[in-house]
Amino acid sequence: MALLRHAARVAWKDLRIELRSREIVYTMAFFGGAVPGMLWVAIALAGTIGLGRAFDRERENDTMRALLLAPVPRLAVFLGKAIATTVLVLAVAVVCAPMLAWLLDAPLFAYPGPLVLVVVLGAVGIAVIGSVFAATLLKVRSRDVLLPVILYPLLVPLFVAGTSSTSAQVAEFPNLDAAWYWIEFLGIYDSAFLVLSVWVFESLVIE
Amino acid sequence: MAGIDRVEIRKLAKRYGSERALAGVTLDLAAGSMCALLGHNGAGKTTLLGIVSTLVRQTGGTVAYRSNGAEVTGAAVRREIGMLAHASLCYGELTARENLALIAGLYEVDGSAAALDGALDRVGLDRKAWDRAARTYSRGMLQRLALARALLTRPSLLLLDEPFTGLDRDGALSLGRQLGALRDAGAIVVVVTHDLEAIADRADHVAILRRGQLVFEERGAYTYEQLKDVYHRHAN
Repeated sequence: MALLRHAARVAWKDLRIELRSREIVYTMAFFGGAVPGMLWVAIALAGTIGLGRAFDRERENDTMRALLLAPVPRLAVFLGKAIATTVLVLAVAVVCAPMLAWLLDAPLFAYPGPLVLVVVLGAVGIAVIGSVFAATLLKVRSRDVLLPVILYPLLVPLFVAGTSSTSAQVAEFPNLDAAWYWIEFLGIYDSAFLVLSVWVFESLVIE
Repeated sequence: MAGIDRVEIRKLAKRYGSERALAGVTLDLAAGSMCALLGHNGAGKTTLLGIVSTLVRQTGGTVAYRSNGAEVTGAAVRREIGMLAHASLCYGELTARENLALIAGLYEVDGSAAALDGALDRVGLDRKAWDRAARTYSRGMLQRLALARALLTRPSLLLLDEPFTGLDRDGALSLGRQLGALRDAGAIVVVVTHDLEAIADRADHVAILRRGQLVFEERGAYTYEQLKDVYHRHAN
């Protein structure tokens, strides 16, 4: 419980800063608005930009060191950052999805359960995979270039699963079996990376 | 736990690729002492502080933290460390009070308004600035907030990297007094500085690093002139 309490503290700190500056939401909303009909492209761009900015903030006054120095499990720092990123990516999805449904007259909300689940799992995957690499690259000078280069290949299966599941739901003849298959795939993919990230996070962030 | 009362550094080594930052440093830090860690830029001082703070992993040697003879490890060590680094370690978008409240929460120490205000008062941060975003602070104000952050948790091992940077004369004197008081209260204080005047007559343990090696170590009080002489003889 202490781990989750500390993770929640780190996440709340990130969200509070974001609510004040609104840098990430504005940037992410721009991409969400600029690419209507491409929900997953918007989520991908929003996630990468959001991650980069959220970790850049930790670099500005070397505050990541303050978090890592705190007597809380270092895992709580990782979870806190991942939770905050998930919330921000979901906020973009909440804005983009109705826009997409309205602009393209797509039956996006015909099956709200699977849609919510696939988007949540997508956001969690981006946040988990992204947080561990963004934290690792924090001290690297060319991190802005390296982060997408490292991140996108790992996120490709996630986006394939996300778009496949969404397509199966909005097709003229919806295929819910296929939609759930990809949702299960996403669940397994997220779980595998969550376990891996939890395992390696501390050794990656200590110099 | 009573707090860390001894740090034993043995044959500490650190390499960054082919660069040697530390080579076999052995040093003991004891409770109730203030160690001035001196040396030119690149001598390895910040790396040594980084390893002692648990934020940098050594490539060789050991650092043992003891409390009443028993070894302390992991989060229990971090709980006892207060750190003042080159950067403030504070969030620019948060106010001074919010920054301290975050730290109080993470360290699970008293985060009441009275405790936070008391911490800000002790470092002399202008009251009008307490509820302003820290990004609007001057370098000196940020340094005071960083000090309040470091002292809030009542650390028994205080690691300070150039703590006098950005402070005016009054601020530097006040910081020197506070560090002396912490040392007298039983804390281990380690100060990395090039400001020999600020640390003279306060440090009772001097260690000088040169190219990653400990080239001088002695316990005792030093006047500014003595410290300057020792520094020029060993650091060059």
